[in-house]
Amino acid sequence: MTQTTMRPTLTSVLTPHARIDLFRQMLRIRRIEEEIARRYAEQQMRCPVHLSVGQEAAAVGACCVLRATDQIVSTHRCHGHYLAKGGSLNAMIAELHGRVTGCCSGRGGSMHLFDAAAGVLASVPIVGGNVPLAVGAALAAKQRRTNDVAVAFFGDGALEEGVVHESANLAATHGLPMVFFLENNRYSVYTPLDQRQPARPIVAFADAHGMPARSVDGNDVLSVREAMIHAVARARRGDGPSLVVAETYRFLEHCGPADDDALGYRPAGELARWQARCPITSFEAYLRELGELEDAIIEAFKTTIAAEIKLAFADALAAPVPAPETAQEGVYA
Amino acid sequence: MPELARALEPRIISAAEAIREATVAAMERDERVFVMGEGATDPKGIFGTTSGLRERFGAHRVLEMPIAENGWTGMAIGAALCGQRPILIHQRVEFSLLAMEQLVNNAAKIHYVSGGRHRAPLVIRLIVGRGWGQGPAHSQSLEALFAHVPGLKVVMPSSAADAKGLLLAAVADDSPVVFIEHRWMHYASGHVDPEPRAVALDGPKRVREGDRATVVATSYMTLEALQAAEALAAAGCAVDLFDLRVLRPLDVGAITASVRKTGRLITVDTGHATYGIGAEVCARVTSAAFEDLRAAPVRIGLPEHPTPSARSLAEGYYPRSPQIAVAVGRAAGVSATVLEEVCAGLARERDAMPLDIPHPSFKGPF
Ligand SMILES: Cc1ncc(C[n+]2csc(CCOP(=O)(O)OP(=O)(O)O)c2C)c(N)n1
Ligand SMILES: [Mg+2]
Repeated sequence: MTQTTMRPTLTSVLTPHARIDLFRQMLRIRRIEEEIARRYAEQQMRCPVHLSVGQEAAAVGACCVLRATDQIVSTHRCHGHYLAKGGSLNAMIAELHGRVTGCCSGRGGSMHLFDAAAGVLASVPIVGGNVPLAVGAALAAKQRRTNDVAVAFFGDGALEEGVVHESANLAATHGLPMVFFLENNRYSVYTPLDQRQPARPIVAFADAHGMPARSVDGNDVLSVREAMIHAVARARRGDGPSLVVAETYRFLEHCGPADDDALGYRPAGELARWQARCPITSFEAYLRELGELEDAIIEAFKTTIAAEIKLAFADALAAPVPAPETAQEGVYA
Repeated sequence: MPELARALEPRIISAAEAIREATVAAMERDERVFVMGEGATDPKGIFGTTSGLRERFGAHRVLEMPIAENGWTGMAIGAALCGQRPILIHQRVEFSLLAMEQLVNNAAKIHYVSGGRHRAPLVIRLIVGRGWGQGPAHSQSLEALFAHVPGLKVVMPSSAADAKGLLLAAVADDSPVVFIEHRWMHYASGHVDPEPRAVALDGPKRVREGDRATVVATSYMTLEALQAAEALAAAGCAVDLFDLRVLRPLDVGAITASVRKTGRLITVDTGHATYGIGAEVCARVTSAAFEDLRAAPVRIGLPEHPTPSARSLAEGYYPRSPQIAVAVGRAAGVSATVLEEVCAGLARERDAMPLDIPHPSFKGPF
């Protein structure tokens, strides 16, 4: 079984300080997205937003083992990946506000986030369309011998797209340094997995393409990190791609700021069960048990994060909007 | 008689409701008709257009689809070859780009290459997004791509009544019909015949009469053009306004006849002007009525760049009624001062609502 091909090693040992930082990063993403949700009704962010509240451990666990020159390619639900990889908060918030200071100069909105300096190569709003771009980033790394890796983030829904299977075949055949990172949050918009795919372990997808895989508790940041360490090490060694499946859950609506449990597409109690397994509160409890985290530290984090968020929103609102006459610029390179 | 019924009992519903009604009627009438799409059975029911269908017709006729557009389009074609009549739905035109291969290589050609033995009676409903910063990959109006391909029929309704009637005709048609709905058109309300009466896929509809110029618009732009035409008429410049409706096969007969009378042609595209639908209309009409044209035809459409997300950029992106009025008025020789007044009136109406939302009830996001 593919599950056993990646074994933990000593590289996965973490200092308490590093553990606490994983907590801080998840908390930061949560707070940022909560602020987006809270202020969305003010109608200053006039673009669709796909929040990843509940899925922070996947983003942080995956990106914490990457270096700045490693490339990630994300999806419509890109905020968490972008932030975890070190994307600029100010450039993201400005982009959501349609400002010139946005990472896409206001042209992309929330589904096109990228940050070249942080190794966020691109985010793509067409499902599955980002995955071959990561294969290409891995190809470039191999051709240029940078020893960098590429990570394709995608959802359970994207696994249904032919291009994702084509990408896996390409990456495996060419032994490319990349990781297919699948966040299985069980839904494509409002449609549950069992209406879209047969009952079989999603992780078996990797078998068909001859790559190792591991399925982990995507709400446990340490498990995600552990799986990524092996997948990334394999890629850097030149041994080819791997699949990591993070089992997780989206707390808010597919697109927009609200809770959507009232729509009735989630079985009763499902949301509450997953909320009880919140990646942040459960990791907090674990760190408290270890005696590594206490109220004072959390409060300090919250204060710093709040200040950073406040500044990002203030900067965005103060920034100029793109001048209409610039709209036609840049169609060609 | 329909006029009388209308006067007695107007039945005002939105185009989105009309589309649902047409679907129900087509499914009731013909067991071979079935619906498929990503979200076809979800609580939002593709902007309400498929709500309740599964409860009514069962899961075997209302199929939820995985995100695998080319795959399920091919599947639909295969079923159609065996006599079924699928209605495929994509919540954005862009998602159907993944199915272009099946549509263009199989659906559009199979009747022709089989010497007329095969039929692929599909309807592909595509929804054009616009507004709320959806940006470059969720708002394109790509009808020209489909209209380029012989073997596909391409239809774009602009009213609730036509949405119902044309969809019924599309379902009854034995060829693949690409049925493009502008998301803002979904909000257009009007009287809709309660009976399931098809509106033939046989060409443009004149929605306003006049002799100063001929204006041809598609889909939602017909509504913008109508506002412009009404304001111009009030200023003494009545024009013929056509809602093109059926982009392929293209019948410009009535438009040509109108241009023979007016000598002036202005097209208003929902998509890009370059290589757009208006370009084809202008070319055909110019060839047919060159000697009757008194001015060069004018094309209005989207500019030469993708849709930017930022509101400040998107506002100038879409032509609105004042720009249409200016282009039409100029062609028809309306004086600059009169045109200024016409535009000021239209702009006042326009500015009463934010430019990136389709309807006052809209609170974002799509
Ligand atoms: C090709 C394509 N088809 C359909 C859509 C509409 N769409 C946007 S997000 C989404 C669901 C994607 O599900 P998944 O990959 O599991 O990601 P999640 O939203 O759960 O994060 C769909 C169907 C799209 N953007 N692109
Ligand atoms: Mg999902």
